[in-house]
Amino acid sequence: MLNPAQTKSTASVGLFATCLVDLIRPNVGLSAARLLEDAGCTVDVPSRQSCCGQPAYNMGEADGARELARMTIQSFENYDYVVAPSGSCAGMLKLHYPALFADDPVWSKRAQAFSEKVFELVSFLTDVCNVRSVDAKLDCRATYHDACAGLRELGVRDQPRHLLASVKGLELLELKEPNSCCGFGGTFSVNYGDISNAIVEKKAADILSLDVDLLIGGDVGCLMNIEGKLRRQGQTTQVRHVAEVLAGQAGRISTRRAHNREKPA
Amino acid sequence: MKPLSHKFRENAGKALDNPTLQTALKNVPEGFVAKRAKARSKLPEFDALTEQAQQIKSHALAYLDLYLEAYEKQVKASGGHVHWAGSGTDACNIISGICRDAGARLVAKSKSMVTEEIALNAHLEASGFEVIETDLGEYLIQIRGEVPSHIIGPAIHLTKEQIVDDFRRIHVDLPTDRVLDEPESIVNEARLILRDKFLNADVGITGANFLVAETGAAVIVTNEGNADLVQTLPEVHIVVATIEKIVPTTEDATTILRVLARSATGQEISTYTTFTSGPRRESDPDGPRETHVILIDNGRTELLASEFHEVLRCIRCGACMNHCPVYQSVGGHAYGWTYPGPIGAVLTPSHVGIREGYHLPHASSFCGACEEVCPMGIPLPALMRRWRNRAYGEGLTSLRQRLAMKTWLWFAKRPRAYHFATSIFIPVFRMVGRRERLARFLPLPKGWVRHRAFPLPEGSTFQRQWKRRRAGEVQQ
Repeated sequence: MLNPAQTKSTASVGLFATCLVDLIRPNVGLSAARLLEDAGCTVDVPSRQSCCGQPAYNMGEADGARELARMTIQSFENYDYVVAPSGSCAGMLKLHYPALFADDPVWSKRAQAFSEKVFELVSFLTDVCNVRSVDAKLDCRATYHDACAGLRELGVRDQPRHLLASVKGLELLELKEPNSCCGFGGTFSVNYGDISNAIVEKKAADILSLDVDLLIGGDVGCLMNIEGKLRRQGQTTQVRHVAEVLAGQAGRISTRRAHNREKPA
Repeated sequence: MKPLSHKFRENAGKALDNPTLQTALKNVPEGFVAKRAKARSKLPEFDALTEQAQQIKSHALAYLDLYLEAYEKQVKASGGHVHWAGSGTDACNIISGICRDAGARLVAKSKSMVTEEIALNAHLEASGFEVIETDLGEYLIQIRGEVPSHIIGPAIHLTKEQIVDDFRRIHVDLPTDRVLDEPESIVNEARLILRDKFLNADVGITGANFLVAETGAAVIVTNEGNADLVQTLPEVHIVVATIEKIVPTTEDATTILRVLARSATGQEISTYTTFTSGPRRESDPDGPRETHVILIDNGRTELLASEFHEVLRCIRCGACMNHCPVYQSVGGHAYGWTYPGPIGAVLTPSHVGIREGYHLPHASSFCGACEEVCPMGIPLPALMRRWRNRAYGEGLTSLRQRLAMKTWLWFAKRPRAYHFATSIFIPVFRMVGRRERLARFLPLPKGWVRHRAFPLPEGSTFQRQWKRRRAGEVQQ
């Protein structure tokens, strides 16, 4: 692994944007690129990328997942690092690609070498680039949801909290159950929509009990799910990806609640 | 029992709409989850112990044949009988045979999941015996004609009010004006009824948490002490256990006991932990005259040779279901067979087939909480995914899902076509999606939009914006 000084000047990073960021929330990708560049990396976004293959992998369509895995590995294996603004997709690339090729002597080696380069965005910034703070400001009360794959597969928990603590004006509160699933689970949220809904209702209730202006998370899938529930309930709590907040690209967060909370002098 | 796993979706829906069940299910996170976390935090070597426990079980499974033979030898040496049962039906027939030979009328049981798996009660009742469950939870579901909804809290799906109603309905010999509102009065009433059964039972049947090869002992843990009465008072005691319950030594059993209670109920140790072997000796003040051990395979050998073999390390603590967001939402009955939750999602298809059990390994968000808390390190999500692979391979996945996936893959594998298609589709999606009247014509997945607003894309894909940004940089 490179030391921080080397990282600053030389590390080339292939940004795996993820399909949800590409299609639904491109601002997350732009924010991620900005954070990586600020950390001294050279960022490239190969156009030969689409989906990491996780939906197929989890549906049991392992052959389809393998084809996408080969494509992704080919596109990214020449960078020093491969970074994704998602614990779920990074986990797929890092842990499940080698599993997909366990019985293939040639590709197994390639997948393993590739795996070692793969990182989730925020943990890459803190653990590899040694970023300790960011130059961003966001006046609001917020809370952070730990997306399951990032948390349990990659151990992403303290890193986003450390960096968010350096965002000026941001007050970060903890959920009662920050590490419980939001019920997304990719196609699970559609195929078992009623069960998924029961789970996200609990997550929404936990968020609302904190009376925060903003929910922050590291995975667009989970955020879409929670935001979709909050909107359907008519709630105004805003939802942003951690990259947007850290890069100062979260836009305006309505802090109506903050004014209501102000105590009389 | 007759599996109802194919009705998972339907039964899960009913469970979600059942307010009484939802009230009862709140006990799962508030009870089990919080207590386990506390017990774990109080024992610094907990994680190291779980690793040791896993090694013990993996070793025992690798040499299962040798340890089973050693165990049989020890049981015989202590004067007990050993019976080998290939299937659940075989086991049922052996047990009813022993009851018949003993001239039994009343059979008392302590809680045992394997007897649920082989539907022993129904078999014994059909053979003319009266069977009484003596674990309070099991007794409750027996009088309600239900099956357990949890492997260690079989009646976790019931509220106190339901239990009181059932007791008043069933215990008609007791005064109708009795006070029955606090847990203590409920337990006392059960104790009163069951005491009589313990004393009159002719045969006692217990399960086993472990079988110790070194000594021939069967180990059983309870919090009510009912298993001790079941295995000491009647003249005949039968231990019913599946073959993977074997551990080599007493030391091994006690190591695993340290993680079992903590993972299950958050206790340091269960209230009663009993090692029994063989019938009453001359110097013993009590105990059965005759003891039997039924060693059941019922699919275990096949599992051991399969890609699901790791599931045999399971010690039935229930931590996986306690921490499962799906189990917490729908309870255990929706799973439709003996074992609910993540462990059931892996075990059930191996018993009832993947066609019948299709939904169980699919109805998971793969959050990984089960694997995180499993003291035996069973990779439950990975094993569920293997069932999904098989289901897909056998063409059980719905045509709609397969077509959607094939279409997605066709584009995803062709980045040029993918970026071209999405750069057109996404702006159109946004334009239509913004107008409420038009939005309902979008082909959105019903499972999602029934409960959640669909995310409106920002408008232009990331790839497109990135290219534009790069072009701008070059011009500058």
